[in-house]
Amino acid sequence: MAESNVMLLGTWASPFVLRVKIALRLKSVNYEYHEENLPESKSDLLLKSNPVYKKVPVLIHGHNPICESLIIVEYIDEVWTTSASSILPSDAYERAQSRFWAAYVEDKFSTALRRVLFGTTEEDKRAAMAEVSEGILLLEEAFVKLSKGRAFFGGENIGFVDIVFGSLLAWIEVIEKLSEMKLISEAKTPRLVQWADFFSAHEAVKDVSPAVDKLVEFALKLGARVLKATAPTN
Amino acid sequence: MAEEVVLLDFRPSPFGMRSRIALAEKGIKYEYKEEDLRNKSALLLQMNPVHKKIPVLIHNGKPVCESLIQVQYIDEVWHDKAPLLPSDPYQKATARFWADYVDKKIYDLGSRVWKTKGEEQATAKKEFIETLKLMEKELGDKPYFGGESLGYVDVAFIPFYSWFYAYEKCGNFSIEAECPKLIAWAKRCMQKESVAKSLPDQQKVYDFILEMKKRFGIE
Repeated sequence: MAESNVMLLGTWASPFVLRVKIALRLKSVNYEYHEENLPESKSDLLLKSNPVYKKVPVLIHGHNPICESLIIVEYIDEVWTTSASSILPSDAYERAQSRFWAAYVEDKFSTALRRVLFGTTEEDKRAAMAEVSEGILLLEEAFVKLSKGRAFFGGENIGFVDIVFGSLLAWIEVIEKLSEMKLISEAKTPRLVQWADFFSAHEAVKDVSPAVDKLVEFALKLGARVLKATAPTN
Repeated sequence: MAEEVVLLDFRPSPFGMRSRIALAEKGIKYEYKEEDLRNKSALLLQMNPVHKKIPVLIHNGKPVCESLIQVQYIDEVWHDKAPLLPSDPYQKATARFWADYVDKKIYDLGSRVWKTKGEEQATAKKEFIETLKLMEKELGDKPYFGGESLGYVDVAFIPFYSWFYAYEKCGNFSIEAECPKLIAWAKRCMQKESVAKSLPDQQKVYDFILEMKKRFGIE
């Protein structure tokens, strides 16, 4: 396999950066990691590599910067091709389904998670929490459809939706801790409970996931405030 | 094998236009179904239960939702004609980046231009023009974002050209004055039958916007 200059600009707490780490590990790609000190300061390399958004993650492959976590993961899948660890499905329709759910997690679900933690009003936080709960039920259904009885959204192996959604698990746990409420519960979403365990224990995931208690500390420092559970029972 | 392709759509939707263009570029015969968005069909609700939005592409009974996902799907399934995405992974990633940028910026900023007034509108106009200028910079001297031929970014972006007249009238400004190269690109795209047939007339879009403004009580 061609060795290459691969560098990842990231921050330790970012679930978006985590997606890229997982994808690189899945493909056994050696890379150099550079921790950015955001938001206090942005390195010249970051500003040069991602002038449009000035955000992480940025993957720099040779001289080429690639931005936006979902785009980076697809790039990694297309460059480092070993059929044993294909991230996107090979069937075009299944690929479209994976991209749909990845986009759902990215556009709707992760914004709702952020609002649960950092929403400005109680009303917003409550609405966001309802969206998150609804979203998890949808994802449980999606899991049943996509996994076809196997361990992951991607089937036998970790795939695109696993990476995109799984990278948020640590932050979901942060919310569970602060709200004293189970978001992924045995009662409502048993398949996701099992999936979360498998995902977190996976070779490509377990050593790169940030520790939940460190994330809790970090979130509180950033001003996160989560409404405690008052909702009807799980 | 007989392919059955249906597109659930709404004529003024720039997202629907993307799929129309992609299907036309590939020469695919399909059934177009216009949705009344105030009275969504049972088929739409069944095929896109998560978002309940158009466009929905139904291929042999199976739905594909989200316009850029549809364009990629169309490009991958009907891959022997008019490729929209480049084959090189880095060029592909770049194309995806800019299509995503269009998604993140153009629709929302454009909406703010026609929905707001005063200070808010002035800010929206400024940001909107900045976004267009960045796209213009990305285009550079190429005839299309895709290079010598219409590509993924062109398909993602050109539908908004049909809304430019409406934005200009509502915002009282000229896009061509600010971004002449972009307008030249847009007119070049409009020379293509696949684009010209997929985009509604700019006056019609403006009429639609005026109707929306009336309906929502926006002056």
